[in-house]
Amino acid sequence: MEKQKNNLETQCPNTWCPGCGNFGILSAFKLAIDELITQGWKKEKIVVVGDIGCNSKIADYLNLNSLIGLHGRSVTTAEGIKLANSDLKVFVFIGDGALLDEGISHLIHAAKRNSNINVILHNNRLFALTTGQFTALSPEGYKGVSTPWGSVEEPLNLIKLMIASRASFIARGYSAKIESLKKIIIQASLHEGFSFVEILQPCVSFYNNIQFYNEKIYELENNDVKSESVALDLANQWDYDEAGKIPLGIIYKKQRPIFEQEIYKQIA
Amino acid sequence: MIKFEHMKNLKQYSFIVGGAAGQGSRRAGLLIAKMFNQLGYYVYIYDDYQSLIRGGHNFSQITVSEKKDPIRQKKIDFLLALDKKTIEKHRANLKKNGLLFFNSNKIKEKGIGIPADDILKKCNGLPIMANTSLLAGLVKGLGISFDLFQKTLLEDLSKEKEKNLQIAKLTYEQTVFPKNGIKINKVKNNPGLLMTGNEATAEGMAKAGLNIYFAYPMTPASGILHYLAQNQKKLGLLAIQLENEIAVASEAIGSAFAGQRSAVGTSGGGFALMVETISLAAQAEITFLVINSQRMGPATGVPTYGAQSDLLFTLHPGHGDFEKFIALPSNAEESFFWAGKLLNLAWKYQTPAILLTDKDVSEGTFSIEKKILDQVKKEKEIIWDKKGEYKRYKIVKNGISPLAYPGEAKVVVKANSYEHYEDGISVEEDKKAIQAMQEKRLLKFKAMQKQAEALPAVKIFGNKKSKICVIAWGSTVLSVKGAVENLGLKLVQPLLASPFPKKQIEKALAGAKQIICVETNSTGQMAWLLEANGIKVDKKILKYDSELFFAEELEKKLKKYI
Repeated sequence: MEKQKNNLETQCPNTWCPGCGNFGILSAFKLAIDELITQGWKKEKIVVVGDIGCNSKIADYLNLNSLIGLHGRSVTTAEGIKLANSDLKVFVFIGDGALLDEGISHLIHAAKRNSNINVILHNNRLFALTTGQFTALSPEGYKGVSTPWGSVEEPLNLIKLMIASRASFIARGYSAKIESLKKIIIQASLHEGFSFVEILQPCVSFYNNIQFYNEKIYELENNDVKSESVALDLANQWDYDEAGKIPLGIIYKKQRPIFEQEIYKQIA
Repeated sequence: MIKFEHMKNLKQYSFIVGGAAGQGSRRAGLLIAKMFNQLGYYVYIYDDYQSLIRGGHNFSQITVSEKKDPIRQKKIDFLLALDKKTIEKHRANLKKNGLLFFNSNKIKEKGIGIPADDILKKCNGLPIMANTSLLAGLVKGLGISFDLFQKTLLEDLSKEKEKNLQIAKLTYEQTVFPKNGIKINKVKNNPGLLMTGNEATAEGMAKAGLNIYFAYPMTPASGILHYLAQNQKKLGLLAIQLENEIAVASEAIGSAFAGQRSAVGTSGGGFALMVETISLAAQAEITFLVINSQRMGPATGVPTYGAQSDLLFTLHPGHGDFEKFIALPSNAEESFFWAGKLLNLAWKYQTPAILLTDKDVSEGTFSIEKKILDQVKKEKEIIWDKKGEYKRYKIVKNGISPLAYPGEAKVVVKANSYEHYEDGISVEEDKKAIQAMQEKRLLKFKAMQKQAEALPAVKIFGNKKSKICVIAWGSTVLSVKGAVENLGLKLVQPLLASPFPKKQIEKALAGAKQIICVETNSTGQMAWLLEANGIKVDKKILKYDSELFFAEELEKKLKKYI
């Protein structure tokens, strides 16, 4: 099989729930890596940083260098890896609870300093592994084990947050659209600077919104990725609630000085 | 007044330079220290300041001596007052024949008045240059040559050299050497360099191959960040400030995983935030060096003053069973040596190491003998021999699985905070594998214990035959040394808190009839550690008003027990 050629799989048994959106993310990532290796990337230069949660098991399932660290901290750990060896291609796989609850400050600062890492968010809009508590991206009124009468908090608009944090690459994909997700991951990987990819990932056990997403999503075409105001309009199309349409694809992309390069320049 | 018998015929002088924050008392004190360093004296500077930028009362106490490790005393020989408050605060401690130097245009006092404002006006100088004038007056009053002052001053100044020199010259010419004055002569020692504990820590780490230092500002550890930031080109490393101490620690783990020697520095509050990462370092066997410079807690406590109240916290940070190296330096030489040694040990054993220092060691300035600088070098970590398939957590005899770093061809390096198999993949429920991996780490901890006993983990001072043993650690050692030497007692200084060097400590204490523990905390944390290791402590002398012991004060307290 084509995708086996780079020996990207481990013997570790997969423990995700049948039908979990994470399978789509894993497939898309492996396809993207195969393609990048074909383009000349070296497998040994790739590092996967796993957080804690269902998503981070991806590190166990990939026969690539990996570090599974602490909940919410994988963005900073990845920045450390990149600063230590800028030849490495670093990918963070993280959930919405870790990224936007436990470790939100790290996300904002990594985007602000334009660290040349790729952050891939498995957005299932709740804490799954701890059985379904709300996160900063859960919709208002979300009923989980810790909010039996519904969450009284409105979710963050993540794309707006990333624009405000000066992220230099912002994209959104969907775990059920593997081919387009693969393309987004490749684009993110090739972007020089901080890349942020939000992946809508239905949680079949606690928050199955496949139907909702299938009705709401559309693929972006010919949008001006260099325009911050266009990006803001796209961010406003969906406020993580019931209304609006959900754009998929590259939302914003800008070339900015890269943190690691600037730091080494100073001491050269 | 208590006489320092061992100091008979040896020259020792004590200065206080004081002023409001922003007046430059610390810099003036440092210049005095630099001149005495040139004259062959050993130096120790204690810096006292508050958590404010302007106003308040800052002072430096500079003790210079012919004998190594000058001991700070309450009574001073010279007082250089940059403002009136300095005189009010410190006059009582000026010896009968001591000399007071002040700006006679601003203050009416008995002593050596220097018309600094008049001199400034003549030379068209800026207000801050009054320091130069007052210093020049002091230098003349001590009979120190103008050449030495000129050299020291010019080395220190980055701008306005000419004007400062003009002010210095005029003051020096105008000031009359006092009738009862002491003329300072050169002595024969070669005391080496002057360094703060923080600077020595930075240099020690650099010598042991530090690649990246991460920090978030926190007194009294910030000096390490500042020094490394200033000197990163020269030392060939990076100094990076991040958004908080959690990021600092996690980023250090990332860079260490990628093969760069990493260290972080903070004080108690920041250390609390790093604790989860110390646990990760133990589990993932990715190492870093943490500098924890104590200040008085709990919480924000007394942020610019010292205490030794974080020993027990530092002994047990992080969840889970694991061993770590913790060293306890008491001056710049020990800071240099142990910062370097710990970085090497952390990499050798792939386990976290902590340099537990404190405000008075971090920010104190000490003479450091040049030969100490040769005692630290980069020691190689255990690297994979490239035979067979690489397994990050391979179970080996000594428990230290060889290292490889991501980026190496044909190697997959998998590190993990979950319990893991030898190849780094998470274990879900395999009890055998879980136990085997913990036992692998236990093997390593056993090797560390053995290593601890092979390190210079205990120092003995004073009367080695005395049956009364005083135990002190960190900054407290400075004052205890003076007291025990006068009283003919023995001082035992533990330099490693973990792994506890039990054999060395027991040997040092052999034959002791009475063990007295001296600490600047309110519960006796070292005494607790000793007792936990089966060493009975008879008496505790504790101080917890945020100030160091004075040798005189300690001597009085110790006398009660002997």
